[in-house]
Amino acid sequence: MNAELVSELKAPLQRAATRARIVSALGPATVLGGVGWALVQPYRVTLLHPRAQGFWWLFVEPPLLVIAAGLFFYFVVLPGLLEDLEEEHATAQ
Amino acid sequence: MQPPSEHVHWLFATGFLLLGLCLLGEAIVGTEVWRRRAWRAYLWPGLVFALGVLMWPVMTFYTNSAIHMLAHGSWAQMLMIAGAAELGLARGKLHSQWWRLAVAAGFVVSGTALLVHEQNTWFFQRSSFLHHLMGWTIVIAAVFPLARAIRPLSQVAATGFALTFVVASVMLYCDRDVAPVFGRISPLAGTPHR
Repeated sequence: MNAELVSELKAPLQRAATRARIVSALGPATVLGGVGWALVQPYRVTLLHPRAQGFWWLFVEPPLLVIAAGLFFYFVVLPGLLEDLEEEHATAQ
Repeated sequence: MQPPSEHVHWLFATGFLLLGLCLLGEAIVGTEVWRRRAWRAYLWPGLVFALGVLMWPVMTFYTNSAIHMLAHGSWAQMLMIAGAAELGLARGKLHSQWWRLAVAAGFVVSGTALLVHEQNTWFFQRSSFLHHLMGWTIVIAAVFPLARAIRPLSQVAATGFALTFVVASVMLYCDRDVAPVFGRISPLAGTPHR
């Protein structure tokens, strides 16, 4: 017999869902930050005006680097992390 | 072929941002879940170690004074020691949680290096301002890795530790070789560019 209240059983489930939502938002929030920066300071994206720019000015573009970091987290780190979070929750149940 | 120093700051900013994102991820899901996959357990300590290794070329090619060389060199060593200690903990070769103090020491040395190698005043120009600000931020933020060593399960310590890297990355992205700060720039600094 399970003597726990339904609300007590739901709490860990909600916690796991909240954690999943927050961690899923990290990548898109970073990408959004990079896009916003590119819109506010378009001159920091030298690809938009590539003439007479040297190698480093074309290779290192801060707003694009921010977007790349967000995409890396979203596509490389997050999928496995969500799987493991779900698995851990299932094991705990 | 050598990149301007502002580009080096931006590349390091990207490394710091990735580090911050990974640490935030770990703080949110918890260390146990984060370490379920070996590659993820090694990701951020490996990144710290790699940033330490990459500080050596910075020391070699951007040595415009002895103080710069000493600051960058000590910084490279401390980042490598901190990364290695965390790698050892993740691998299970090191057991004592006190090894986490290596990161706290890394923060103190990095912050001090930033403060010591900036010879100009806060409002000389933007990079001077940012070096002072980052130096003090990192020295003060050393309380987070310290708290992490004392209370490894503290959520506040883990989140503060992660956010320090995100804040440091924002400051590094703001860095320019010659630029005003809050509309001020010393005439000795040179001509600013966009």
